[in-house]
Amino acid sequence: MNEQKATELKVKGKQEISGTSEQTRPGLVFTPDVDIFETDLSLTLLADMPGVTADLLSVDLRDDTLTITGGMPPYRYKEEKPLMIEYETGTYYRQFSLSEIIDQQRIDAQLKNGVLRLTLPKVAKTVPRKIVINAD
Amino acid sequence: MIYKSAFGFPAWNFRRAFEEFDRMRRQMDRFASGLEPGSGENYQKTGVFPALNLTEDGHNYYIRAELPGMVSEDLDIQVTGKNLSISGVRKILPEAEGARYHRREREAGKFARVFTLPGVVMAEKINADFSNGVLTVSIPKAEESKPRKILIN
Repeated sequence: MNEQKATELKVKGKQEISGTSEQTRPGLVFTPDVDIFETDLSLTLLADMPGVTADLLSVDLRDDTLTITGGMPPYRYKEEKPLMIEYETGTYYRQFSLSEIIDQQRIDAQLKNGVLRLTLPKVAKTVPRKIVINAD
Repeated sequence: MIYKSAFGFPAWNFRRAFEEFDRMRRQMDRFASGLEPGSGENYQKTGVFPALNLTEDGHNYYIRAELPGMVSEDLDIQVTGKNLSISGVRKILPEAEGARYHRREREAGKFARVFTLPGVVMAEKINADFSNGVLTVSIPKAEESKPRKILIN
């Protein structure tokens, strides 16, 4: 913790997405900063998504591809005049391919103070998967 | 022989070149479209954390900053005359023992920023709100900084 206090935070600048596919809706798309760590039981992902509300957040896992999309409520401050703008807002989007087998039923997602915490439990290896062979 | 090597030459990656063009085009689009307050000539970078957006309407100045993962107790906002200071510590709590990190992009640390407001404000009526990781400070303008309509006789 002491080490953390000693460091000064610097503006990183939001990473705008770069890819080949184009968005259908206008607006900017950013890559959220993430921490991913793994324990014996689960894989946890933390993503910084300031301004994203729970109803506009979607987490999708299919074919070992995890997709996180976070939208922001529409810009409500049209009547305000910008004087100094240092950051821009937009949608957050990021995709990961997972190598672990995830227990889809027990995925837990929490959004708190603009940080998404996604817990992806691994399928327990100790539980033997019984394969029923149908023979007739 | 010359003919063969010219056609077998693998280094031309046209796809990559077009990706770069695509990125440039998007950047141009961003400045050309007036959709967001960020597009246009008043987009700037100071490099001091946190990045702030300052807007105004007839009655208030608004300062917004993205501070994901912070709690309001770790934030300190002070006003002295026209100067507003925002400081705090962003903590990332250690995770469980034996956690093996694959990626570590989020950063922790302290920050302090002092900012001069463009006009005189009513310091006692400043209101700060922190929700979804976005800090919004609403600063009411003093009567003397509000726009006044001048009647022409």
